[in-house]
Amino acid sequence: MGIEVNGKVLETDEEGYLADLNDWEPEVATAMAKDEDVELSENHWEVINFLREYYEEYQIAPAVRVLTKAIGKKLGPDKGNSKYLYELFPYGPGKQACKYAGLPKPTGCV
Amino acid sequence: MADFEVPELEEIPVIPKYKDGAMAHSSPYIAKVQFQEPLGYPGELVENWEEKVYEKMDDLRKRYRSFQVYLDSCVKCGACTDKCHYYLGTSDPKNMPVARQDLLRKVYRRKFTFAGKYFPKLVGAVDMSKDVLDEWYSYLHPCSPCRRCSVYCPYGIDTAEISMAAREIMDSVGVGMKYCNEIIGKVYKIGNNLGLPQPALEDTLEGLEEEVEEDTGVAVKFPLDKKGADILLVTPSADFFAEPHVDGLIGYAKVFHETGANWTMSSHASEAGNFGMFIGSYENMRKVARRIREAAIDLGVKRIVFGECGHAWRVAYSFLNTLAGPWDFLDPNYPVPQHICEYTHDAIQAGKLTFDKSQNDWRTMTYHDSCNVARASRMGDKPGGQFTIPREVIKAVCNNFHDMPAETIGEATFCCGGGGGVLTDDLMELRVKGAKPRAEALKSVVNEQGVTHMAAICAICKSQFTKVLPYYGFTMDQIVSVHQLVSDAIVLTKNDSGAAAPASASDE
Repeated sequence: MGIEVNGKVLETDEEGYLADLNDWEPEVATAMAKDEDVELSENHWEVINFLREYYEEYQIAPAVRVLTKAIGKKLGPDKGNSKYLYELFPYGPGKQACKYAGLPKPTGCV
Repeated sequence: MADFEVPELEEIPVIPKYKDGAMAHSSPYIAKVQFQEPLGYPGELVENWEEKVYEKMDDLRKRYRSFQVYLDSCVKCGACTDKCHYYLGTSDPKNMPVARQDLLRKVYRRKFTFAGKYFPKLVGAVDMSKDVLDEWYSYLHPCSPCRRCSVYCPYGIDTAEISMAAREIMDSVGVGMKYCNEIIGKVYKIGNNLGLPQPALEDTLEGLEEEVEEDTGVAVKFPLDKKGADILLVTPSADFFAEPHVDGLIGYAKVFHETGANWTMSSHASEAGNFGMFIGSYENMRKVARRIREAAIDLGVKRIVFGECGHAWRVAYSFLNTLAGPWDFLDPNYPVPQHICEYTHDAIQAGKLTFDKSQNDWRTMTYHDSCNVARASRMGDKPGGQFTIPREVIKAVCNNFHDMPAETIGEATFCCGGGGGVLTDDLMELRVKGAKPRAEALKSVVNEQGVTHMAAICAICKSQFTKVLPYYGFTMDQIVSVHQLVSDAIVLTKNDSGAAAPASASDE
């Protein structure tokens, strides 16, 4: 499988997650979101960028409480909760947002 | 919302008429070579695989007497046919436990029984073929090792053991399941199913310490890799990562705080769940379990306590001694291992915890017995403790509690629909349909008793219900951790030096 971005076909796994994190560029997120009928707002980008920063430091996506706390700081306390994150990413911030950010899918009992 | 038909919940559940091949299109993603090799399995279908299937089957029937007894003793009485949540939810007759077993049994008969060798057609015996293998792959994964069928089988045949054996056979010829095998590889490489490395765990736990102190004014600690601690808590990595799991973890920490326990978690054994069991692999199950032993020795602990994790508790309660024992270095005055519900229950009995139950008055609770806790383990020192202890903990912290109908709880409990290696997005249709019996039972107490929330003590149950309850008109936050209820009601009376807590905390 793959996704076409800027004229290049980037390899993805069965579920559409990027095979190689280094292939990511912002247009990847835009293209993936378009496929799922999501229009990326600035707030979506705050989440995506935070996920990428966190991943770079810790080699894993942030736990939900780490994410909600960080987003609460950036976007205001009323948005620092998983309800808001699910509004942004209906399929779940853990999975959908990770996919757009080019991170591997969180695995396990989640 | 779904690209499949979501079943309608019935007020009085009806056994559905069967629909041939209703789920024939459904099977999990196959593990690629990079997920097979770390577990010691070939990366793709091996040459001469039919022979290898027979060899592995022969090996397993010699290693596990139960496996052969189960294959030999079925009399096709039909008692199990309407007991599997996957049959009840999908109507596919191959999801009847007896039919699931027969997929394997027909090959076993051909090779290992007199009648099957000489009169195969008379006894429905067939040779191994690619079609049979594909059918195994589709129908021997939709079994959540929940053992409900075995409760009703007059011979006690446990379909779960047959499904697990089938997965081991398939893995051994190079046809593994991506979800389970990728995860087991992460445990070997990093220490837990999620792949949370030590620095991420530390960062997450520090964040939780800040959060609890902000909420309560009390410095409740979440220690990691603390040498010389008395208690090692082994909990599913979902407890660090996901909701509502993390609220349970906060509950454990508050209980440990209030009982003055010197406890720790371990980054080496940062996973309670043991997916080796899901794929029926003794070797992998043992390798995962050994990490707990290594951490216990390294940290010098005296006790091991398991967090809320259903299949983990089965492995811990039933197999930990043979997998990773002997545990003669632990304190013999405590059960090895102990469940967090036992720990909290004991503390309640000893009068060590104070609760403000009114904090949970906005909820009316029910309790989902997780299948592997219910039917493959026990708690406490009395039969049925695995049913009474979690309920007594809930009732100690909540004023409003109602059980779901008797035929859906206790040893008759329905699986959440996501257990035993099924909790993956590629099996979402199966998961939603498999949750139907539980959703019906929940709906009955929601309608009749005004139940608002359901508690569980299994990471898989919590994630599964979070995802599938909305398909049936519930909300994702109606599933909670048992220790989340404890956390909300507990009155923190000590600061970290053991003296009385500041006044602001007791206002909580």
